[in-house]
Amino acid sequence: MSYLEHNVKLVPTGPSKILYLNWPLALLLSTVASVGFLMLFSVAGGSLEPWAEPQMKRFALGLAVMFTVAMVPIWFWRNMAGLAYGVSLALLLGVEFFGETGMGAQRWIDLGVIRLQPSELMKITLVMILAAFYDWLDIRKTSRPLWVLIPLLLIALPTYLVLRQPDLGTAILLVTGGGIIMFLAGVSWWYFIVVIGAGIGTVSAVLSSRGTDWQLLKDYQYRRIDTFLDPASDPLGSGYHITQSKIALGSGGWTGRGFMQGTQSRLNFLPEKHTDFIFTTLAEEFGFVGAISLLSLYVLVVFFCVVSAMRNRDRFGSLVTMGIGATFFLFFAVNMAMVMGLAPVVGVPLPLVSYGGSAMLVLMAGFGLAQSAHVHRPRSR
Amino acid sequence: MKRTPRDTATSQRKISRRGLVLGGLQLGFAGVLGWRMRQMQVEQADEFRLLAEENRINMRLIAPARGLIFDRSGIPLAENAQNYRIVIVREDAGDVDAVIDRLAQLIYLDPVELDRARKEILRRSPFVPVTLTDQRSWEDIATVAVNAPALPGITPDVGLTRNYPLVEDYAHIIGYVGPVSDYDLARIDDDDPLLQIPKFQIGKTGVEQKFERELRGKAGTRRIEVNAAGRVMRELGRDPGVPGADIQLTVESRLQNFVEARLAPALSAAAVVMDTRNGDLLAVGNAPSFDPNKFVRGITVADYGDLTNNIYRPLSNKAVQGAYPPGSTFKMMVSLAALDAGQLSPGETFYCGGYHKLGNRRFHCWKRGGHGWVDLEKSLEQSCDVYYYELAQRVGIDKIAETARRFGHGERFDLPMSAVSAGVMPDKAWLRESYDQPWRVGDSLNASIGQGYVLSTPLQLAVMTARLASGTRIEPRLVKSVGGVELEPKGLEPLGFAPEHLRIVRAGMNAVSNSRRGTAYSSRIEAGDKRIAGKTGTSQVRSVVVRNQDVPWEERDHALFVGFAPYDDPHLAVSVVVEHGGGGSSVAAPIARDIMLYALHGTLPPPESYPSSQRSRIDQFLSELELRQDFRPTEGSGRA
Repeated sequence: MSYLEHNVKLVPTGPSKILYLNWPLALLLSTVASVGFLMLFSVAGGSLEPWAEPQMKRFALGLAVMFTVAMVPIWFWRNMAGLAYGVSLALLLGVEFFGETGMGAQRWIDLGVIRLQPSELMKITLVMILAAFYDWLDIRKTSRPLWVLIPLLLIALPTYLVLRQPDLGTAILLVTGGGIIMFLAGVSWWYFIVVIGAGIGTVSAVLSSRGTDWQLLKDYQYRRIDTFLDPASDPLGSGYHITQSKIALGSGGWTGRGFMQGTQSRLNFLPEKHTDFIFTTLAEEFGFVGAISLLSLYVLVVFFCVVSAMRNRDRFGSLVTMGIGATFFLFFAVNMAMVMGLAPVVGVPLPLVSYGGSAMLVLMAGFGLAQSAHVHRPRSR
Repeated sequence: MKRTPRDTATSQRKISRRGLVLGGLQLGFAGVLGWRMRQMQVEQADEFRLLAEENRINMRLIAPARGLIFDRSGIPLAENAQNYRIVIVREDAGDVDAVIDRLAQLIYLDPVELDRARKEILRRSPFVPVTLTDQRSWEDIATVAVNAPALPGITPDVGLTRNYPLVEDYAHIIGYVGPVSDYDLARIDDDDPLLQIPKFQIGKTGVEQKFERELRGKAGTRRIEVNAAGRVMRELGRDPGVPGADIQLTVESRLQNFVEARLAPALSAAAVVMDTRNGDLLAVGNAPSFDPNKFVRGITVADYGDLTNNIYRPLSNKAVQGAYPPGSTFKMMVSLAALDAGQLSPGETFYCGGYHKLGNRRFHCWKRGGHGWVDLEKSLEQSCDVYYYELAQRVGIDKIAETARRFGHGERFDLPMSAVSAGVMPDKAWLRESYDQPWRVGDSLNASIGQGYVLSTPLQLAVMTARLASGTRIEPRLVKSVGGVELEPKGLEPLGFAPEHLRIVRAGMNAVSNSRRGTAYSSRIEAGDKRIAGKTGTSQVRSVVVRNQDVPWEERDHALFVGFAPYDDPHLAVSVVVEHGGGGSSVAAPIARDIMLYALHGTLPPPESYPSSQRSRIDQFLSELELRQDFRPTEGSGRA
């Protein structure tokens, strides 16, 4: 119990905790969410319905969740990590058997009150269990193979279930997010070098084997890879989305067409304009200035997380804060890279801006953890 | 699990270090994202904006109103008539089949048309109007409008289609329009976007074809904003385009109508009436004719078959396409050639014994017994062939051809009608080039009476007559003005023949019509100030002379007549060719005389114009002609 080794008396208690919250971070999150309301209002053609208003309610709920989670001491959450992970895994399995199909993939589980995406939940609980694991683990054993295997298993299990749905975006987020925690916890560089090297080796082997005698995949599989990597080769199929997205984004110019003046989203050329591709609407209407501003806001959120984590001497709190920040980073980085044609299209929403309930709630709960870690950080001297 | 403070400190350092590395990586990636934004939104913004506009803005063409065509007095010949259609919009109709069934109870719907429409409805987006039926009467439209509440999604609509109010009269001159075909697109080098409109109508023949560019006008455009499904959201701008230019012809509709009616009993014939002072073609008649409106609406296979299988070739514009041996109407050319060459004096006589001997071959005169001593005037008056055999032998084909060409023979006149023929005006060089044969004297003798290789069109014969009458190089013209701009008459300069020689030939033609022994005396005009002077022609289709009544139609002689009037101060020239009609004097001359009289009076002539013995018969005949009465004036033309 590492907390006992620090001066616990300095940790604030009772309602006064509110004063010790990471208020700049809360303000940043609210600003980002407000940008989201604005964009949802715009893509609905200047109407609160059907997206902006529900999104506002959800964000209000999300704020409440964040504050509630923040009020609870971080050591409680550390003790809950195993349970949370277990529940998420169970829910993922539940989706496998009872899930409803949404957008061609089994992702939802209907709890009556809310349609929950266990895969979203898993993004946070995976961070929690890994942080708790490394908090528990003797730091000298961190890089021993056996002790590396355990976190790998913890990552692989949900990833496998998510891939079965199939939800490539979440799978990438889980693997990368988990890997980042392992990296932060101090797992030897060599593991990462070997894994990345092996990955690159496999990919290049698969690609270079094409057309040779020892071709590793079937031709149709290669063609799928082609359209995945270069959607422009299939302009009316999978390429349509990305082409239209790039057109909308690029046509924004320096300052954009102005609020509610985005022709591409208004005229339905943009697919999924209120969810995964909402960034293009923003980029079209507010131009480079708007897009770079949102990017800066996101970077600031991550920056605050990193600063908070580095000032936190509690290993669990530090790792969780860092992990939440990294997950958040992965969300917007993958989404933006995707809509700008830098990455293949995988279903990853723009955090706090894209329309969507469970993603936002889960993210806000995650930031609640970060806030809790901030509030309850050990203070000495 | 216990942990020493040292461990915690180590772990903390490690997290901080790795945290910085991670933060750095994240910042780096964010930098890449920012750089990409700059690249797309700042550097390539114009490119993407253009693509966005292409996405969003659709140009819809507005078809300009096609130019109208009028006759010389402003009577509309080709107009844009309102075409009432009934269209359906699927998404407004709801149950399409039920709505169509209800509509079918109100007005007749052609099953074939309906079948096509049903297929189109399924193919198109639900908001696209699909034509159910067109060319409806006003009553049908009114019925639909009254029952509109029971017919959701059904709307009456009006478009423009070409209409030719004078039906058959101008079929060969104006031609017709029809939907642009792949063949048209391949043939005409024209990148006008209008041609890409499905079923866009372009001129297919005649003036409609030759003045296509002028008549079509310039496409207008509607810039509309569409969404991804193609639905029109709003109109951003509109350029009405430029309507086609109106064209005024030189033709006189009443005369044209009379010519067509007068030619009709002759089965297969053509006639041209020309103003000798300015070249205006006052009438270009053909028999039989056809209804060009059928082509506009889409002619049925059966109707088209009737037209193409008809041995009298209704689709052919014989007046300018038909090339016939001119027969004796060519004799003026030979006379003038000889006079101009100085190898003939008008009073010089030749003896006609019924034939001319060339070597051991006999060239017969049409009059077996011969004409006796013949001078120039008598040679024309009685159309003595032997006289011309003598002249041909004397002046040679090249001089004859040179003379005839100056009168328009062998020339393809630049008129806006389809397939204007050049005919054939042979000479020695021509025969060598065309058939690789030497020219023989016998060929000259045949050519001298308008037989053999010589082929002329009724138009060329009219031009020849007009030039004889006026002494100028007058060029025929069909179009008086385009888009309000008058076209100048051409060829007003003198022809270059001695006026005296022309006068002598004209006197001979006067004798043909007005002297008691003239071949066209029975087709004379009695009124002294309107006398016609002309020349008959009977050209053989085959060489052996048999009585015409005994042979099938297509082997009978062509009947020809050319003439001008009034003799004393001519301003009209006429040519008539009746294919396989028989004798020029008995068949062609009366037609020419009637046409000339109508042209001179502008209406049916007074009976005194005819020889008294013929008056009652001709009166009877003319009253039986079905002449059009309803010529609409200029105003009320169908421009929308």
